[in-house]
Amino acid sequence: MSVPAPYYLGLSAVLFTLGMAGVLVRRSALIVFMSVELMLNAVNLTLVTFARLRGAVDGQVLVFFVLVVAAVEVVIGLAIIVDIFRSRDTVDVDDVDLLRG
Amino acid sequence: MTWADLSLIAPELALAAAACAALLQDAWATGPALESRSRGPAAAWIALGGVCAALLLLGVRPAGAAQVGFAGMYVRDGITRVVDLAALAAAGLGVMLSPPYLERFRLPAGEYHALLLLSTAGAMLMGASRNLVLLFLGLEMLSFPLYVLAALARRSRRSQEAGLKYLLLGAFATAFFVYGVALVYGASGTADLSRLGRAPDVPLLHAGVAFLVIGLGFEAALVPFHAWAPDVYEGAPMPATAFMSVIAKVGAFAGLLRLFPQALPQLAPAWGQMLAAIAVATMILGNLAALAQSNVKRLLAYSGVAHAGYILIGIASGGPAGSSAVLYYLLVYVAMNLGAFGVLLLLERRGEEADRVEDLAGLLGRAPWAAVVLAACMVSLAGLPPTAGFIAKLYLFRAALQDHRVALALVGALTSVVSVYYYLRVASVALSAGAADAVAVRHSRFAGVGLALAAAGVLWLGIVPGAITALVQQAVQALR
Repeated sequence: MSVPAPYYLGLSAVLFTLGMAGVLVRRSALIVFMSVELMLNAVNLTLVTFARLRGAVDGQVLVFFVLVVAAVEVVIGLAIIVDIFRSRDTVDVDDVDLLRG
Repeated sequence: MTWADLSLIAPELALAAAACAALLQDAWATGPALESRSRGPAAAWIALGGVCAALLLLGVRPAGAAQVGFAGMYVRDGITRVVDLAALAAAGLGVMLSPPYLERFRLPAGEYHALLLLSTAGAMLMGASRNLVLLFLGLEMLSFPLYVLAALARRSRRSQEAGLKYLLLGAFATAFFVYGVALVYGASGTADLSRLGRAPDVPLLHAGVAFLVIGLGFEAALVPFHAWAPDVYEGAPMPATAFMSVIAKVGAFAGLLRLFPQALPQLAPAWGQMLAAIAVATMILGNLAALAQSNVKRLLAYSGVAHAGYILIGIASGGPAGSSAVLYYLLVYVAMNLGAFGVLLLLERRGEEADRVEDLAGLLGRAPWAAVVLAACMVSLAGLPPTAGFIAKLYLFRAALQDHRVALALVGALTSVVSVYYYLRVASVALSAGAADAVAVRHSRFAGVGLALAAAGVLWLGIVPGAITALVQQAVQALR
Protein backbone atom coordinates (compact mmCIF):
# COMPACT_ATOMS: atom_id res chain seq x y z
CA MET A 1 0.00 0.00 0.00
CA SER A 2 1.47 3.34 -1.02
CA VAL A 3 1.29 6.60 0.87
CA PRO A 4 -1.22 9.01 -0.76
CA ALA A 5 0.15 12.11 -2.48
CA PRO A 6 -1.27 14.77 -0.10
CA TYR A 7 0.95 13.37 2.65
CA TYR A 8 4.03 14.04 0.52
CA LEU A 9 2.84 17.56 -0.24
CA GLY A 10 2.16 18.14 3.46
CA LEU A 11 5.59 16.83 4.40
CA SER A 12 7.31 19.06 1.87
CA ALA A 13 5.36 22.08 3.13
CA VAL A 14 6.45 21.26 6.68
CA LEU A 15 10.09 20.88 5.57
CA PHE A 16 9.90 24.17 3.67
CA THR A 17 8.54 25.92 6.75
CA LEU A 18 11.23 24.40 8.95
CA GLY A 19 13.88 25.65 6.54
CA MET A 20 12.29 29.09 6.55
CA ALA A 21 12.26 29.18 10.34
CA GLY A 22 15.92 28.08 10.33
CA VAL A 23 16.91 30.97 8.05
CA LEU A 24 15.05 33.44 10.24
CA VAL A 25 16.21 32.33 13.70
CA ARG A 26 19.66 30.69 13.37
CA ARG A 27 22.70 32.95 13.62
CA SER A 28 25.49 30.91 12.07
CA ALA A 29 25.88 31.61 8.37
CA LEU A 30 26.53 27.90 7.78
CA ILE A 31 23.31 26.79 9.45
CA VAL A 32 21.35 29.49 7.62
CA PHE A 33 22.80 28.08 4.44
CA MET A 34 21.81 24.53 5.36
CA SER A 35 18.29 25.76 6.06
CA VAL A 36 18.09 27.20 2.55
CA GLU A 37 19.18 23.82 1.19
CA LEU A 38 16.39 22.21 3.22
CA MET A 39 13.90 24.58 1.58
CA LEU A 40 15.20 23.66 -1.87
CA ASN A 41 14.92 19.95 -1.13
CA ALA A 42 11.37 20.44 0.12
CA VAL A 43 10.65 22.01 -3.28
CA ASN A 44 12.16 18.96 -4.98
CA LEU A 45 9.83 16.68 -3.05
CA THR A 46 6.86 18.80 -4.14
CA LEU A 47 7.97 18.66 -7.76
CA VAL A 48 8.42 14.90 -7.78
CA THR A 49 5.04 14.39 -6.13
CA PHE A 50 3.23 16.56 -8.66
CA ALA A 51 5.08 14.91 -11.53
CA ARG A 52 4.02 11.50 -10.25
CA LEU A 53 0.42 12.64 -9.70
CA ARG A 54 0.17 13.92 -13.25
CA GLY A 55 2.15 11.09 -14.77
CA ALA A 56 4.46 13.59 -16.51
CA VAL A 57 8.24 13.72 -16.41
CA ASP A 58 8.83 17.46 -16.78
CA GLY A 59 8.50 18.00 -13.03
CA GLN A 60 11.19 15.39 -12.44
CA VAL A 61 13.44 17.07 -15.01
CA LEU A 62 13.02 20.34 -13.14
CA VAL A 63 14.36 18.63 -10.00
CA PHE A 64 17.73 18.18 -11.73
CA PHE A 65 17.91 21.88 -12.52
CA VAL A 66 17.13 22.73 -8.89
CA LEU A 67 19.84 20.32 -7.69
CA VAL A 68 22.45 21.89 -9.97
CA VAL A 69 21.47 25.40 -8.94
CA ALA A 70 21.67 24.41 -5.26
CA ALA A 71 25.16 22.99 -5.80
CA VAL A 72 26.35 26.19 -7.48
CA GLU A 73 24.86 28.21 -4.65
CA VAL A 74 26.83 26.17 -2.12
CA VAL A 75 30.07 26.74 -4.02
CA ILE A 76 29.64 30.49 -4.08
CA GLY A 77 28.31 30.63 -0.54
CA LEU A 78 31.13 28.63 1.02
CA ALA A 79 33.72 30.71 -0.85
CA ILE A 80 32.29 33.91 0.61
CA ILE A 81 31.90 32.38 4.08
CA VAL A 82 35.54 31.18 4.07
CA ASP A 83 36.68 34.70 3.12
CA ILE A 84 34.66 36.13 5.99
CA PHE A 85 36.02 33.57 8.44
CA ARG A 86 39.59 34.44 7.43
CA SER A 87 39.15 38.12 8.17
CA ARG A 88 36.91 37.92 11.24
CA ASP A 89 37.30 34.46 12.79
CA THR A 90 33.53 34.12 13.02
CA VAL A 91 30.65 33.23 10.74
CA ASP A 92 27.95 34.57 13.07
CA VAL A 93 25.68 36.74 10.97
CA ASP A 94 25.10 39.06 13.94
CA ASP A 95 28.80 39.96 13.99
CA VAL A 96 28.77 40.87 10.31
CA ASP A 97 27.20 44.28 10.75
CA LEU A 98 29.41 47.05 9.37
CA LEU A 99 26.73 48.22 6.97
CA ARG A 100 23.89 49.99 8.72
CA GLY A 101 21.85 53.10 8.36
CA MET B 1 18.88 21.08 -29.89
CA THR B 2 19.39 22.06 -33.50
CA TRP B 3 21.38 24.68 -35.39
CA ALA B 4 18.23 26.80 -35.56
CA ASP B 5 18.04 26.75 -31.76
CA LEU B 6 21.68 27.73 -31.46
CA SER B 7 21.33 30.59 -33.91
CA LEU B 8 18.40 31.81 -31.81
CA ILE B 9 20.60 32.29 -28.75
CA ALA B 10 23.55 33.66 -30.74
CA PRO B 11 23.75 36.92 -28.71
CA GLU B 12 23.89 35.01 -25.41
CA LEU B 13 26.50 32.66 -26.88
CA ALA B 14 28.63 35.63 -27.93
CA LEU B 15 28.56 36.94 -24.37
CA ALA B 16 29.45 33.54 -22.88
CA ALA B 17 32.33 33.15 -25.35
CA ALA B 18 33.65 36.59 -24.46
CA ALA B 19 33.38 35.73 -20.74
CA CYS B 20 35.49 32.60 -21.28
CA ALA B 21 37.99 34.59 -23.35
CA ALA B 22 38.29 37.22 -20.60
CA LEU B 23 38.94 34.52 -17.97
CA LEU B 24 41.51 32.76 -20.17
CA GLN B 25 43.28 36.02 -20.91
CA ASP B 26 43.40 36.68 -17.17
CA ALA B 27 44.88 33.24 -16.50
CA TRP B 28 47.42 33.74 -19.30
CA ALA B 29 48.53 37.13 -18.00
CA THR B 30 48.70 35.95 -14.38
CA GLY B 31 50.77 32.84 -14.99
CA PRO B 32 51.67 30.83 -11.88
CA ALA B 33 51.03 33.68 -9.39
CA LEU B 34 48.24 33.23 -6.85
CA GLU B 35 46.59 36.59 -7.24
CA SER B 36 45.32 37.86 -10.56
CA ARG B 37 47.77 40.34 -12.06
CA SER B 38 45.84 41.33 -15.11
CA ARG B 39 45.06 45.00 -14.56
CA GLY B 40 45.41 46.23 -18.11
CA PRO B 41 42.54 47.08 -20.40
CA ALA B 42 42.74 43.76 -22.31
CA ALA B 43 39.81 42.19 -20.43
CA ALA B 44 37.74 45.32 -20.93
CA TRP B 45 38.37 45.23 -24.68
CA ILE B 46 37.43 41.54 -24.85
CA ALA B 47 34.22 42.21 -22.92
CA LEU B 48 33.40 45.19 -25.10
CA GLY B 49 34.00 43.04 -28.18
CA GLY B 50 31.56 40.46 -26.83
CA VAL B 51 28.90 43.09 -26.18
CA CYS B 52 29.35 44.61 -29.66
CA ALA B 53 29.16 41.15 -31.27
CA ALA B 54 25.95 40.42 -29.37
CA LEU B 55 24.48 43.77 -30.46
CA LEU B 56 25.39 43.01 -34.08
CA LEU B 57 23.82 39.54 -33.89
CA LEU B 58 20.73 41.18 -32.40
CA GLY B 59 20.67 43.75 -35.18
CA VAL B 60 21.04 41.39 -38.15
CA ARG B 61 18.00 39.34 -37.10
CA PRO B 62 14.88 40.64 -38.86
CA ALA B 63 12.33 42.08 -36.42
CA GLY B 64 9.53 39.94 -37.72
CA ALA B 65 7.35 37.31 -36.16
CA ALA B 66 8.26 35.61 -32.90
CA GLN B 67 10.63 32.65 -33.21
CA VAL B 68 10.44 29.83 -30.70
CA GLY B 69 13.19 27.34 -29.97
CA PHE B 70 14.45 24.76 -27.48
CA ALA B 71 11.20 22.79 -27.45
CA GLY B 72 9.13 25.91 -26.82
CA MET B 73 11.19 27.14 -23.88
CA TYR B 74 12.87 30.09 -25.54
CA VAL B 75 11.14 32.82 -27.52
CA ARG B 76 12.74 35.62 -29.51
CA ASP B 77 10.12 38.31 -30.09
CA GLY B 78 9.77 42.07 -29.72
CA ILE B 79 10.02 41.98 -25.92
CA THR B 80 13.17 39.84 -26.09
CA ARG B 81 14.64 42.37 -28.47
CA VAL B 82 14.11 45.38 -26.20
CA VAL B 83 15.18 43.52 -23.05
CA ASP B 84 18.35 42.37 -24.84
CA LEU B 85 19.01 45.94 -25.90
CA ALA B 86 18.64 47.20 -22.31
CA ALA B 87 20.82 44.40 -20.88
CA LEU B 88 23.53 44.90 -23.50
CA ALA B 89 23.49 48.66 -22.94
CA ALA B 90 23.97 48.02 -19.21
CA ALA B 91 26.85 45.63 -19.93
CA GLY B 92 28.51 47.97 -22.43
CA LEU B 93 28.33 50.98 -20.12
CA GLY B 94 29.35 48.87 -17.13
CA VAL B 95 32.48 47.74 -19.00
CA MET B 96 33.38 51.21 -20.25
CA LEU B 97 32.94 53.05 -16.95
CA SER B 98 34.91 50.71 -14.67
CA PRO B 99 38.57 50.41 -15.91
CA PRO B 100 39.91 53.42 -13.94
CA TYR B 101 38.31 52.10 -10.74
CA LEU B 102 39.44 48.50 -11.26
CA GLU B 103 43.00 49.70 -11.81
CA ARG B 104 43.07 52.01 -8.80
CA PHE B 105 41.57 49.52 -6.34
CA ARG B 106 43.39 46.49 -7.77
CA LEU B 107 40.33 44.39 -8.48
CA PRO B 108 40.73 41.35 -10.77
CA ALA B 109 39.70 42.69 -14.17
CA GLY B 110 39.30 39.31 -15.86
CA GLU B 111 36.87 37.98 -13.27
CA TYR B 112 34.96 41.24 -13.11
CA HIS B 113 34.31 41.29 -16.85
CA ALA B 114 33.54 37.58 -17.13
CA LEU B 115 30.98 37.77 -14.30
CA LEU B 116 29.45 40.91 -15.76
CA LEU B 117 28.93 39.25 -19.15
CA LEU B 118 27.44 36.06 -17.66
CA SER B 119 25.03 38.07 -15.56
CA THR B 120 23.96 39.99 -18.66
CA ALA B 121 23.29 36.71 -20.47
CA GLY B 122 21.11 35.65 -17.51
CA ALA B 123 19.00 38.80 -17.75
CA MET B 124 18.62 38.22 -21.51
CA LEU B 125 17.45 34.64 -20.89
CA MET B 126 14.83 35.92 -18.44
CA GLY B 127 13.53 38.28 -21.11
CA ALA B 128 13.33 35.40 -23.59
CA SER B 129 11.74 32.78 -21.35
CA ARG B 130 8.57 31.04 -22.41
CA ASN B 131 8.82 28.44 -19.66
CA LEU B 132 9.12 28.75 -15.88
CA VAL B 133 12.20 26.51 -15.95
CA LEU B 134 14.06 28.92 -18.22
CA LEU B 135 12.83 31.86 -16.14
CA PHE B 136 14.27 30.17 -13.04
CA LEU B 137 17.59 29.40 -14.74
CA GLY B 138 17.82 32.93 -16.11
CA LEU B 139 17.15 34.36 -12.65
CA GLU B 140 19.93 32.24 -11.15
CA MET B 141 22.34 32.99 -13.98
CA LEU B 142 21.63 36.67 -13.40
CA SER B 143 22.04 36.64 -9.64
CA PHE B 144 24.94 34.23 -8.97
CA PRO B 145 27.53 36.43 -10.75
CA LEU B 146 26.09 39.41 -8.90
CA TYR B 147 26.74 37.73 -5.51
CA VAL B 148 30.36 37.20 -6.50
CA LEU B 149 30.67 40.73 -7.90
CA ALA B 150 29.39 42.14 -4.59
CA ALA B 151 32.14 40.24 -2.74
CA LEU B 152 34.81 40.90 -5.40
CA ALA B 153 37.02 43.06 -3.16
CA ARG B 154 38.02 40.01 -1.13
CA ARG B 155 40.15 41.86 1.42
CA SER B 156 37.49 44.44 2.18
CA ARG B 157 35.25 43.53 5.09
CA ARG B 158 32.44 45.67 3.76
CA SER B 159 32.54 43.94 0.40
CA GLN B 160 32.53 40.49 2.04
CA GLU B 161 29.58 41.50 4.14
CA ALA B 162 27.70 42.79 1.10
CA GLY B 163 28.35 39.49 -0.68
CA LEU B 164 27.18 37.39 2.28
CA LYS B 165 24.00 39.41 2.82
CA TYR B 166 23.14 39.39 -0.87
CA LEU B 167 23.82 35.66 -1.14
CA LEU B 168 21.88 34.54 1.95
CA LEU B 169 18.84 36.71 1.24
CA GLY B 170 19.04 35.91 -2.47
CA ALA B 171 19.15 32.17 -1.82
CA PHE B 172 16.19 32.57 0.54
CA ALA B 173 14.21 34.38 -2.17
CA THR B 174 15.28 31.77 -4.73
CA ALA B 175 13.80 29.01 -2.57
CA PHE B 176 10.46 30.85 -2.59
CA PHE B 177 10.69 31.30 -6.35
CA VAL B 178 11.20 27.58 -7.05
CA TYR B 179 8.47 26.66 -4.60
CA GLY B 180 6.27 28.97 -6.64
CA VAL B 181 7.33 27.17 -9.82
CA ALA B 182 6.48 23.82 -8.19
CA LEU B 183 3.05 25.00 -7.03
CA VAL B 184 2.16 26.55 -10.38
CA TYR B 185 3.26 23.33 -12.05
CA GLY B 186 1.11 21.35 -9.63
CA ALA B 187 -1.92 23.58 -10.19
CA SER B 188 -1.75 23.76 -13.96
CA GLY B 189 0.20 20.64 -14.95
CA THR B 190 2.58 22.67 -17.09
CA ALA B 191 5.53 24.98 -16.68
CA ASP B 192 4.92 26.42 -20.15
CA LEU B 193 4.07 30.12 -19.81
CA SER B 194 2.07 30.13 -23.04
CA ARG B 195 -0.28 27.47 -21.63
CA LEU B 196 -0.74 28.99 -18.18
CA GLY B 197 -3.49 31.23 -19.56
CA ARG B 198 -5.78 28.19 -19.76
CA ALA B 199 -4.95 26.96 -16.25
CA PRO B 200 -7.91 26.47 -13.88
CA ASP B 201 -8.33 29.26 -11.34
CA VAL B 202 -7.55 27.31 -8.18
CA PRO B 203 -6.07 28.59 -4.87
CA LEU B 204 -2.89 26.57 -5.50
CA LEU B 205 -2.19 28.63 -8.64
CA HIS B 206 -2.57 31.88 -6.68
CA ALA B 207 -0.25 30.60 -3.94
CA GLY B 208 2.33 29.65 -6.57
CA VAL B 209 2.11 33.04 -8.26
CA ALA B 210 2.53 34.76 -4.87
CA PHE B 211 5.78 32.85 -4.31
CA LEU B 212 6.99 33.75 -7.81
CA VAL B 213 6.36 37.42 -7.02
CA ILE B 214 8.50 37.11 -3.87
CA GLY B 215 11.43 35.78 -5.91
CA LEU B 216 11.20 38.40 -8.64
CA GLY B 217 10.32 41.17 -6.17
CA PHE B 218 13.53 40.46 -4.27
CA GLU B 219 15.63 40.85 -7.41
CA ALA B 220 13.81 44.07 -8.34
CA ALA B 221 14.06 45.38 -4.72
CA LEU B 222 10.32 45.89 -4.26
CA VAL B 223 9.01 46.69 -0.77
CA PRO B 224 8.87 44.55 1.44
CA PHE B 225 11.67 42.54 -0.21
CA HIS B 226 14.08 45.48 -0.52
CA ALA B 227 15.96 45.17 2.81
CA TRP B 228 19.14 43.91 1.15
CA ALA B 229 19.48 46.77 -1.32
CA PRO B 230 20.97 49.63 0.77
CA ASP B 231 23.54 47.44 2.55
CA VAL B 232 24.62 45.55 -0.56
CA TYR B 233 24.82 48.72 -2.66
CA GLU B 234 26.94 50.41 0.00
CA GLY B 235 29.31 47.52 0.66
CA ALA B 236 29.90 46.24 -2.86
CA PRO B 237 32.70 47.74 -4.98
CA MET B 238 31.21 50.67 -6.86
CA PRO B 239 31.43 49.26 -10.44
CA ALA B 240 29.60 46.16 -9.19
CA THR B 241 26.98 48.34 -7.48
CA ALA B 242 26.49 50.37 -10.65
CA PHE B 243 26.04 47.31 -12.84
CA MET B 244 23.83 45.34 -10.43
CA SER B 245 21.59 48.35 -9.85
CA VAL B 246 20.47 48.21 -13.46
CA ILE B 247 20.85 44.60 -14.60
CA ALA B 248 18.86 43.16 -11.69
CA LYS B 249 15.97 45.49 -12.53
CA VAL B 250 16.13 44.66 -16.25
CA GLY B 251 16.01 40.92 -15.54
CA ALA B 252 13.37 41.03 -12.82
CA PHE B 253 10.97 43.24 -14.74
CA ALA B 254 11.48 41.23 -17.90
CA GLY B 255 10.41 38.21 -15.83
CA LEU B 256 7.39 40.04 -14.39
CA LEU B 257 6.40 41.11 -17.93
CA ARG B 258 6.58 37.53 -19.14
CA LEU B 259 4.58 36.38 -16.14
CA PHE B 260 1.78 38.89 -15.69
CA PRO B 261 0.63 40.75 -18.75
CA GLN B 262 1.66 37.91 -21.04
CA ALA B 263 1.10 34.55 -19.35
CA LEU B 264 -1.61 35.23 -16.78
CA PRO B 265 -3.97 37.88 -18.18
CA GLN B 266 -6.91 35.98 -16.67
CA LEU B 267 -5.61 36.73 -13.17
CA ALA B 268 -5.37 40.48 -13.86
CA PRO B 269 -8.31 41.51 -11.63
CA ALA B 270 -6.85 39.76 -8.59
CA TRP B 271 -3.19 40.54 -9.25
CA GLY B 272 -3.55 44.10 -10.48
CA GLN B 273 -4.70 45.19 -7.02
CA MET B 274 -1.93 43.31 -5.26
CA LEU B 275 0.82 44.66 -7.52
CA ALA B 276 -0.60 48.17 -7.29
CA ALA B 277 -0.43 47.98 -3.48
CA ILE B 278 3.20 46.83 -3.65
CA ALA B 279 3.97 49.64 -6.11
CA VAL B 280 2.46 52.29 -3.81
CA ALA B 281 4.38 51.00 -0.76
CA THR B 282 7.61 50.80 -2.78
CA MET B 283 7.35 54.32 -4.18
CA ILE B 284 6.52 55.89 -0.81
CA LEU B 285 9.10 54.03 1.26
CA GLY B 286 11.89 54.30 -1.32
CA ASN B 287 11.52 58.03 -1.76
CA LEU B 288 11.09 58.86 1.94
CA ALA B 289 14.10 56.76 2.95
CA ALA B 290 16.25 58.35 0.23
CA LEU B 291 15.56 61.80 1.68
CA ALA B 292 17.60 61.05 4.80
CA GLN B 293 20.73 59.60 3.13
CA SER B 294 24.12 61.31 3.12
CA ASN B 295 25.93 58.46 1.35
CA VAL B 296 25.41 58.64 -2.40
CA LYS B 297 25.49 54.85 -2.82
CA ARG B 298 22.76 54.39 -0.21
CA LEU B 299 20.84 57.30 -1.73
CA LEU B 300 20.96 55.64 -5.13
CA ALA B 301 19.97 52.32 -3.52
CA TYR B 302 16.76 53.81 -2.13
CA SER B 303 16.29 55.68 -5.40
CA GLY B 304 16.53 52.27 -7.10
CA VAL B 305 13.82 50.96 -4.76
CA ALA B 306 11.63 53.95 -5.64
CA HIS B 307 12.17 53.42 -9.37
CA ALA B 308 11.24 49.75 -9.02
CA GLY B 309 7.93 51.04 -7.63
CA TYR B 310 7.43 53.31 -10.65
CA ILE B 311 8.16 50.49 -13.11
CA LEU B 312 5.74 48.20 -11.27
CA ILE B 313 2.98 50.69 -12.14
CA GLY B 314 3.33 49.51 -15.73
CA ILE B 315 3.12 45.81 -14.78
CA ALA B 316 0.09 46.43 -12.53
CA SER B 317 -1.67 48.37 -15.30
CA GLY B 318 -0.94 45.58 -17.75
CA GLY B 319 -1.94 45.59 -21.39
CA PRO B 320 0.12 46.94 -24.27
CA ALA B 321 0.32 50.46 -22.83
CA GLY B 322 1.68 49.33 -19.46
CA SER B 323 4.08 46.80 -20.96
CA SER B 324 5.55 49.20 -23.50
CA ALA B 325 5.96 51.81 -20.75
CA VAL B 326 7.90 49.26 -18.65
CA LEU B 327 10.23 48.48 -21.56
CA TYR B 328 10.81 52.17 -22.27
CA TYR B 329 11.52 52.87 -18.61
CA LEU B 330 14.06 50.05 -18.41
CA LEU B 331 16.06 51.50 -21.31
CA VAL B 332 15.96 54.98 -19.78
CA TYR B 333 16.86 53.69 -16.31
CA VAL B 334 19.97 51.93 -17.64
CA ALA B 335 21.25 55.16 -19.21
CA MET B 336 20.50 57.53 -16.35
CA ASN B 337 21.53 55.35 -13.43
CA LEU B 338 24.80 54.23 -15.02
CA GLY B 339 25.50 57.84 -16.00
CA ALA B 340 25.17 58.90 -12.36
CA PHE B 341 27.31 56.02 -11.07
CA GLY B 342 29.85 56.61 -13.86
CA VAL B 343 30.68 60.08 -12.52
CA LEU B 344 31.08 58.72 -8.96
CA LEU B 345 33.45 56.05 -10.32
CA LEU B 346 35.87 58.79 -11.43
CA LEU B 347 36.22 60.17 -7.91
CA GLU B 348 38.45 58.99 -5.09
CA ARG B 349 38.86 60.20 -1.53
CA ARG B 350 42.25 59.31 0.02
CA GLY B 351 42.37 55.80 -1.38
CA GLU B 352 38.69 55.12 -0.77
CA GLU B 353 35.52 55.49 -2.74
CA ALA B 354 34.17 59.03 -2.68
CA ASP B 355 30.63 58.07 -1.77
CA ARG B 356 29.51 60.98 0.45
CA VAL B 357 27.38 63.75 -0.98
CA GLU B 358 29.86 66.42 0.18
CA ASP B 359 32.68 64.72 -1.76
CA LEU B 360 31.02 66.01 -4.90
CA ALA B 361 31.50 69.67 -3.91
CA GLY B 362 33.25 71.77 -6.53
CA LEU B 363 33.13 69.09 -9.19
CA LEU B 364 32.15 71.71 -11.76
CA GLY B 365 35.49 73.49 -11.38
CA ARG B 366 37.63 70.37 -11.78
CA ALA B 367 35.71 68.17 -14.17
CA PRO B 368 33.04 70.36 -15.76
CA TRP B 369 31.77 67.70 -18.17
CA ALA B 370 31.41 65.09 -15.45
CA ALA B 371 29.48 67.56 -13.30
CA VAL B 372 27.14 68.38 -16.17
CA VAL B 373 26.53 64.69 -16.91
CA LEU B 374 25.82 64.03 -13.23
CA ALA B 375 23.38 66.94 -13.09
CA ALA B 376 21.61 65.74 -16.26
CA CYS B 377 21.26 62.21 -14.87
CA MET B 378 19.92 63.53 -11.54
CA VAL B 379 17.37 65.70 -13.35
CA SER B 380 16.36 62.64 -15.37
CA LEU B 381 16.08 60.43 -12.27
CA ALA B 382 13.87 63.09 -10.71
CA GLY B 383 11.70 62.94 -13.84
CA LEU B 384 11.95 66.54 -15.02
CA PRO B 385 11.82 67.61 -18.67
CA PRO B 386 13.61 67.76 -21.09
CA THR B 387 15.25 64.50 -20.03
CA ALA B 388 14.31 60.89 -20.68
CA GLY B 389 13.09 60.33 -17.11
CA PHE B 390 10.20 62.69 -17.73
CA ILE B 391 8.97 60.94 -20.88
CA ALA B 392 9.37 57.51 -19.28
CA LYS B 393 7.29 58.49 -16.23
CA LEU B 394 4.72 60.12 -18.49
CA TYR B 395 4.20 56.82 -20.34
CA LEU B 396 3.84 54.93 -17.04
CA PHE B 397 1.32 57.34 -15.54
CA ARG B 398 -0.63 57.43 -18.81
CA ALA B 399 -0.82 53.63 -18.78
CA ALA B 400 -2.11 53.75 -15.18
CA LEU B 401 -4.78 56.30 -16.08
CA GLN B 402 -5.87 54.28 -19.13
CA ASP B 403 -6.39 51.32 -16.80
CA HIS B 404 -8.39 53.57 -14.41
CA ARG B 405 -5.80 53.38 -11.66
CA VAL B 406 -5.88 57.06 -10.74
CA ALA B 407 -4.49 56.51 -7.23
CA LEU B 408 -1.43 54.79 -8.65
CA ALA B 409 -0.66 57.67 -11.04
CA LEU B 410 -1.31 60.18 -8.26
CA VAL B 411 1.05 58.52 -5.76
CA GLY B 412 3.65 58.23 -8.54
CA ALA B 413 3.42 61.93 -9.37
CA LEU B 414 3.48 63.05 -5.72
CA THR B 415 6.46 60.87 -4.77
CA SER B 416 8.28 62.16 -7.86
CA VAL B 417 7.88 65.66 -6.47
CA VAL B 418 9.43 64.48 -3.18
CA SER B 419 12.30 62.88 -5.08
CA VAL B 420 13.19 66.18 -6.78
CA TYR B 421 14.54 67.38 -3.41
CA TYR B 422 17.18 64.72 -2.89
CA TYR B 423 18.24 64.39 -6.53
CA LEU B 424 18.67 68.12 -6.97
CA ARG B 425 20.56 68.32 -3.65
CA VAL B 426 23.21 66.04 -5.19
CA ALA B 427 23.20 68.01 -8.44
CA SER B 428 23.50 71.37 -6.68
CA VAL B 429 26.44 70.17 -4.55
CA ALA B 430 28.19 68.98 -7.72
CA LEU B 431 27.55 72.31 -9.45
CA SER B 432 28.49 74.45 -6.43
CA ALA B 433 31.72 76.33 -5.88
CA GLY B 434 34.33 75.30 -3.32
CA ALA B 435 36.21 72.05 -3.35
CA ALA B 436 36.65 69.00 -1.17
CA ASP B 437 40.46 68.92 -1.35
CA ALA B 438 40.79 65.29 -0.27
CA VAL B 439 38.88 64.19 -3.35
CA ALA B 440 40.80 63.46 -6.54
CA VAL B 441 39.26 63.16 -10.00
CA ARG B 442 40.70 60.54 -12.33
CA HIS B 443 40.48 61.15 -16.03
CA SER B 444 40.02 58.27 -18.41
CA ARG B 445 39.19 58.37 -22.10
CA PHE B 446 37.42 55.01 -21.89
CA ALA B 447 35.14 56.16 -19.08
CA GLY B 448 34.67 59.52 -20.80
CA VAL B 449 33.22 57.86 -23.87
CA GLY B 450 30.94 55.77 -21.64
CA LEU B 451 29.69 58.86 -19.83
CA ALA B 452 29.11 60.66 -23.11
CA LEU B 453 27.06 57.72 -24.38
CA ALA B 454 24.97 57.59 -21.18
CA ALA B 455 24.34 61.35 -21.30
CA ALA B 456 23.48 61.17 -25.00
CA GLY B 457 20.99 58.40 -24.22
CA VAL B 458 19.37 60.43 -21.44
CA LEU B 459 18.94 63.46 -23.69
CA TRP B 460 18.08 61.59 -26.89
CA LEU B 461 15.34 59.51 -25.24
CA GLY B 462 14.02 62.69 -23.64
CA ILE B 463 13.99 65.07 -26.61
CA VAL B 464 13.28 62.77 -29.59
CA PRO B 465 11.61 59.70 -28.06
CA GLY B 466 9.86 58.77 -31.34
CA ALA B 467 12.10 55.98 -32.62
CA ILE B 468 12.37 54.07 -29.33
CA THR B 469 8.68 54.59 -28.57
CA ALA B 470 7.85 52.98 -31.89
CA LEU B 471 10.23 50.12 -31.05
CA VAL B 472 8.64 49.34 -27.67
CA GLN B 473 5.10 49.69 -29.01
CA GLN B 474 5.92 47.28 -31.81
CA ALA B 475 7.41 44.93 -29.22
CA VAL B 476 4.16 44.53 -27.30
CA GLN B 477 1.86 44.21 -30.31
CA ALA B 478 1.43 40.51 -29.62
CA LEU B 479 -0.26 41.37 -26.31
CA ARG B 480 -3.22 43.02 -27.99
